[in-house]
Amino acid sequence: MNTRLISRPVNWNKIEDPVDLDVWNRLTQNFWLPEKVPVSNDIQSWETLRPHEQKLTMHVFTGLTMLDTIQGTVGAMSLMPDARTQHEEAVITNIAFMESVHAKSYSSVFSTLCLTSDIDEAFRWSEDNPNLQKKAEIVLNYYHGTDPLKRKVASTLLESFLFYSGFYLPMYWSSRAKLTNTADLIRLIIRDEAIHGYYIGYKFQLAYNEADPKVQEEIKQYTYDLLLELYENEIKYTADLYDEMGLTADVKKFLHYNANKALMNLGFDPLFPKDECEVNPAILAALSPNADENHDFFSGSGSSYVIGKHESTTDDDWDF
Amino acid sequence: MYDVVYFSSVSENTKRLVEKLGLKSVRIPLKSDEAERFTYDHDSVLVVPTYGSGEEKTSVPKQVIKFLNNPENRKHIKGVVATGNTNFGESYGLAGDIVAKKLGVPLLQRIEILGTPEDIEQLKERLNKLWELQ
Repeated sequence: MNTRLISRPVNWNKIEDPVDLDVWNRLTQNFWLPEKVPVSNDIQSWETLRPHEQKLTMHVFTGLTMLDTIQGTVGAMSLMPDARTQHEEAVITNIAFMESVHAKSYSSVFSTLCLTSDIDEAFRWSEDNPNLQKKAEIVLNYYHGTDPLKRKVASTLLESFLFYSGFYLPMYWSSRAKLTNTADLIRLIIRDEAIHGYYIGYKFQLAYNEADPKVQEEIKQYTYDLLLELYENEIKYTADLYDEMGLTADVKKFLHYNANKALMNLGFDPLFPKDECEVNPAILAALSPNADENHDFFSGSGSSYVIGKHESTTDDDWDF
Repeated sequence: MYDVVYFSSVSENTKRLVEKLGLKSVRIPLKSDEAERFTYDHDSVLVVPTYGSGEEKTSVPKQVIKFLNNPENRKHIKGVVATGNTNFGESYGLAGDIVAKKLGVPLLQRIEILGTPEDIEQLKERLNKLWELQ
């Protein structure tokens, strides 16, 4: 008797796209939960922040919570119908779940550091802030749209660009030795977002390369247009948050730098020139302790390059 | 000028970076058994990506390990370039650090994703300097 095929079980022993397996492995290796990070060690440090600094931090975190909420419940799921392989579907479920972990982790920071009345105020703020709501509106509009390429672009820009006006602040505190455990938690989120941006950007490029040149041109134009639309709103959002602390100009450079990376994840050329992307070295160092070594290696300074003693390698050296 | 030996996954980010250098380049095969047999006997700079897992042990792509296991290959590597993403924190470009250290050659530069035009210019300058120093 012939049976009509309704569904196929995913076979991880037959991989069609090796990137699916690789990304699955990295995401699962990187799995974490907020309970593992000792945020309560930041209680004393939190008390040293001035009231407006505490309020800013809470607003920034509710803003980030909202993006993670969108990405977990709508953004990642909107990629599901266009998955090219069953393994990709599995990776998308992991991405969606981790976004929900991220969203919950901000609540875990709040419950550790803040009063319930302040938490309620911060969530109310996120619902009433026009720039934050606008950001959500723009992205959700594309997630609900019919074009799979555009959904992927919107998703990559959210993962690799929109979070960074928020990520700036915990890196700033960390560079001043404040809220360092919270910063550890944020770094875990940042690491996850990089893999999400890379993966969605990669799947975008596969589909983009199959499209005909006219569609490619349209999508490319759309990408830069959407980036600029989001950017314009992001500048307002940033000024609204950071003007009081005089940090807006510094945050903008961080935004430019990350906008370029988002474009690169999609395989497109960066948009903002170098002098607009010179991120405060303290922020870069907080983000990535290794990253500030872009000095001239011939100078011999810095720790990444030491003119070597030479030693012959043996085959054993290569047995990792 | 040195040639470029590079590894790039099917996402091809590193490949695009290498193409922008306009130098003679060869790509280490994606399949491990082919990478193991792959040889290149011109003096070269190795471009190696790091994909960002928390574990040092898995940061060098296995194809690069297979390639470097061959002493004839590794004696021609004169410098290393690391590609990656600062989002990976301490692991940013880690594969480059590991390989450069093991080979006893300089890590010339860390570059994010495909590299900006300024990154490419800087890398070209450094490759020239390294070439002149030999």
